[in-house]
Amino acid sequence: MKCDQCDNEATVHEVTITNGVKGERHLCERCATSVQPMSLPIAQAIKQVVTSHARAAMKPGSCPACGLTFAEFKQHGLLGCPDCYAAFESSLAPLLERAHEGGVAHTGKRPQHAGEVQADPRPESALQERLERLQRIRRELELAVKAEQYERAAKLRDELRTFGVESGGGDPGTQRPGPVTE
Amino acid sequence: MSDPNQSPDASDSWNSPTEWLRGEGEANDVVLSSRARLARNIAGCPFVPRASRADRLRSLDASREAIMAGPLASQMLWLNLHEAKILDRQILVERHLISKQLSKGRAGQGTVATEDPRGVAVSADERLSIMVNEEDHLRIQSIRSGLALASAYREVDEADDALERSLRMAFSPRFGYLTACPTNVGTGLRMSVMLHLPGLRLTGDIERVKRAAADMNLAVRGFYGEGSEAVGDLYQISNQTTLGRTEAAIIASLETEILPRVIEYERLSRRELTSRRRLGLEDQVWRAFGVLSSARLLTTEEAMQCLSLLRLGVLTGVISADLCDVSRVHQLMLLVHPAHLQRALGVALDQEQRRAARAGLVRGRLTSRA
Repeated sequence: MKCDQCDNEATVHEVTITNGVKGERHLCERCATSVQPMSLPIAQAIKQVVTSHARAAMKPGSCPACGLTFAEFKQHGLLGCPDCYAAFESSLAPLLERAHEGGVAHTGKRPQHAGEVQADPRPESALQERLERLQRIRRELELAVKAEQYERAAKLRDELRTFGVESGGGDPGTQRPGPVTE
Repeated sequence: MSDPNQSPDASDSWNSPTEWLRGEGEANDVVLSSRARLARNIAGCPFVPRASRADRLRSLDASREAIMAGPLASQMLWLNLHEAKILDRQILVERHLISKQLSKGRAGQGTVATEDPRGVAVSADERLSIMVNEEDHLRIQSIRSGLALASAYREVDEADDALERSLRMAFSPRFGYLTACPTNVGTGLRMSVMLHLPGLRLTGDIERVKRAAADMNLAVRGFYGEGSEAVGDLYQISNQTTLGRTEAAIIASLETEILPRVIEYERLSRRELTSRRRLGLEDQVWRAFGVLSSARLLTTEEAMQCLSLLRLGVLTGVISADLCDVSRVHQLMLLVHPAHLQRALGVALDQEQRRAARAGLVRGRLTSRA
């Protein structure tokens, strides 16, 4: 199938239904990325596919979560994220064995959650909610300062303080339930 | 929340003995302190060295919340190190509550080292400290005066349990607790002791001890850990392997295999010095006393070296207790360090000025009979 806008082969096919009316678009990749307005999810999907291909092409054998390559690890001696251990498991195992005097597998303390099925790796609960709120206030504060809305910024900063967090700069941010020495 | 301008070290705590110089506990003639340190990371977050500023702010927020809104809150003080003054950070380093690395910070994507989001929580008694965003998201450490590895471990273990109530730690059934550097993976546990070994240096047997420790795969390091010199005859011995052995096995091998031998060797050296080589020992000790009580310029290293000999002199009876005691030596071992010196005198000094100020302070404290 040819592209709706040029003679290239169409590789992106979009079907939209607006007020019950079905519409189709067939575009080549070049036109698809330049044409506005493409529906956002498809544009994002293309970008994701393209970048993941590009990354895979650039960095063979990299950690899928953080993009660290084994060569980078060997250069600095530090891994990029917890997923690196699984990504490089076969290459790491002999190194670990040497570094740990023949130790190949963990024995000892295990976290409480280790027995559970790992459904969601994120910490759930009230903590997560608090953190998300904290992030949101931080972002809003940044925007308010940029827009010179100082009254709003002050309000947001007070809100941050209820978390026991400083907004940055000025006085040292501390929480102090009592003196250091009794 | 009380006065936001106060920080854990803006109080008078610099003037009090810190845990590693308290001079209490088992075998405190040789073992200054015992330390346990756990490395932990939050699941689903990149490790600190590869994390962007936004990632580091997230792990900082999550850790601070877990510490300061959890079961540990009542005993801990929090300090944002990216907002702290350099002198306050140095005080914490000199008190062994944070590492040099954490004091400096780490440059990364979107952040310069000094503004690197990082912090520390310190307990009121300065035994427990939790570094946030060092090489790992969390470094939980406990220091105990004297030889007390098991109780130091117990404290970090309990702190870890407390944090785990709200944080999911990165863990794999095969590799254990996952850490940025694979040399810490598994238990994430580093146990170490700070030893004062002037006798072994004077008899020339220190190299033998170092070799014996290396044979047992233990690291022997200087005063400030990795890559540092043994200032003031102070050595750290720690386990090097963390994978494939339980926490109890790591503690036991230090406590039962190597440490009793090193402690015994040091005591033997001191006995040898006080009996067969008494005059040589007295000469060394009194020369050190002479420098400390007369010098007009002193570097930290020279002061620490002389204080080491003075400590040996007090413990072997060369120096009488009414002239100087161990607690005064310990107090000086802290005060001769740059940040404590400046805090004690209440003024900022450059390196040259510090040498003169240090000599003056030591002279004054040694010749006063208080």
